[in-house]
Amino acid sequence: MAGKSKALTVLTNGLLKENPTLRLLLGMCPSLAVTTLAKNGIGMGIATTAVLICSNVVISLIRKIVPDKVRIPIYVTLIAGFVTIVEMLMKAYFPDLNKQLGIYIPLIVVNCIILARAEMFANKNGPLLSALDGLGMGLGFTGALFVIGSVREILGAGTWMGITLTADLFDPTTILILPPGGFLVMGCLIALVNKLSNRKKKTKIAEGAEGCAMGCPGCEKAS
Amino acid sequence: MKELFVILIGAMFIENFVLSKFLGICPFLGVSQKTSTALGMSGAVVFVMTLSSAATYLVNDLLLKPNDLEYLQTIAFILVIAALVQFVEIVLKKLVPPLYKALGIYLPLITTNCAVLGSALINVDPERNYSLLEAIFFGFSAGLGFTMALILFSGIRERLETCDIPESFKGMPIALIAASLVSVAFVGFAGLVIQ
Repeated sequence: MAGKSKALTVLTNGLLKENPTLRLLLGMCPSLAVTTLAKNGIGMGIATTAVLICSNVVISLIRKIVPDKVRIPIYVTLIAGFVTIVEMLMKAYFPDLNKQLGIYIPLIVVNCIILARAEMFANKNGPLLSALDGLGMGLGFTGALFVIGSVREILGAGTWMGITLTADLFDPTTILILPPGGFLVMGCLIALVNKLSNRKKKTKIAEGAEGCAMGCPGCEKAS
Repeated sequence: MKELFVILIGAMFIENFVLSKFLGICPFLGVSQKTSTALGMSGAVVFVMTLSSAATYLVNDLLLKPNDLEYLQTIAFILVIAALVQFVEIVLKKLVPPLYKALGIYLPLITTNCAVLGSALINVDPERNYSLLEAIFFGFSAGLGFTMALILFSGIRERLETCDIPESFKGMPIALIAASLVSVAFVGFAGLVIQ
C-alpha cells in the first residue's frame, strides 16, 4: 500500500504542486510560442510528454552504468534521439500539426523540463517511478499549455478548438494571438497561480531546479 | 551586400528571436536583472551563435546532405553545438583570458539555449536556401537581435525592482508583462517589408 501511495504522489506532483510551467517556470519557450491555439498547445504537450516518459525511463535504467562526468552529454544525446523519433512520427501521422509547430518540435531537445527531470528525478529513482514522474510532469505541462492556448484562442480569435464561440459577443482582441499576448497571458496566469497558492499557505514559489544546466527563471536565485 | 542588409534587419527587428519567435526566453528572463550580466550573456550568445551557424551549416552541407541523413539534424546539431561550446571555452581560457573571464560562466549555459539550436535549424531550412556566408551572417544578426532585446529589457527590469507592485505579481509575472509591452513595440516591425 505504501508503494502505491508513493506512486500516486509522484504522479500528481507534476500536475499541480510542481507544475513545470506555472510553478517551476521551466520550458517557457514552447509555452509561449505554440499556444496561439488550444489544439497546438495539446499537440506540443503530448509530444513533450512522450519524450519525457521515454527519456526518464531510459535514463533511470542506465543511471548506474553512466559515469557521472559525462552524464549530461549522454542524456542530451538520448533526448535528441527520442525527439527525432517523435518528430518523424508526427511528420508521418500529423503533417498539419507538425507544420504548425515547425521548429519547436526539434527544439524539445533543449526544453529544460526534460533535462531537469532527468537530473532531479530519473537520476535517483527506479524506472517505474520515473515513468510516472514523466507522465505527471508531461500532463502538467500539457494542461498548462492547454489553458494558456485556450485563453489566447478564445479572447484573441473568438474560437476554441476551432469552434466559433464569440461570434457576436465581442470583437476578438487580436493582439492576444500575437507574440505580446503570449507574454501577457502567461504573466497573468502565473500571478493567478501565485495568488491562489499564497492564499492556501504562505510558501515561496519555484525553488530553483537543481541541476538544470541553464539560466532558467526558476534558477534565478542560484545565479 | 543588399541581401546581407535584408538579413540583418530581418533577424534583428522583424523576426527578433526573443520577442517574436520566443527563442531563448530562459536566458532572457533569467539573466536580465542587471545590465552587466545581460551584456555578458549576450556577448557569449553572439559569439557562439555566429560560430555554430558556420559549423552546423557545414556539417549539414558536407556530411548529412550527401548521405541523405537529414533526419539526424537535431542530434547532429546539438552535439556539434555542445562540442563547439566546450572547444570555445578551452580556447578562450588559453588564448584570451580577459574575454574568458567576461563570458566564462555564461558559456556552458548556452548549449541548452534554444536560440542557438533554433538559428542552426532555421539556417538549413530549405525554403530560405541560405549560402554559407548568409547563414553565418544570419546567426550573427540573430545574436545581435537577442542582445538588443536583452539590454532593452534589463534596463526596464532594473527600474521594476524599486516599483510597488501587488504581491502576486512580484518577480516573474510582472517581468512577463513588461516583456509583453516591449514585444508590442516589435509587432510594429512586422509590417516592414524590404526588397
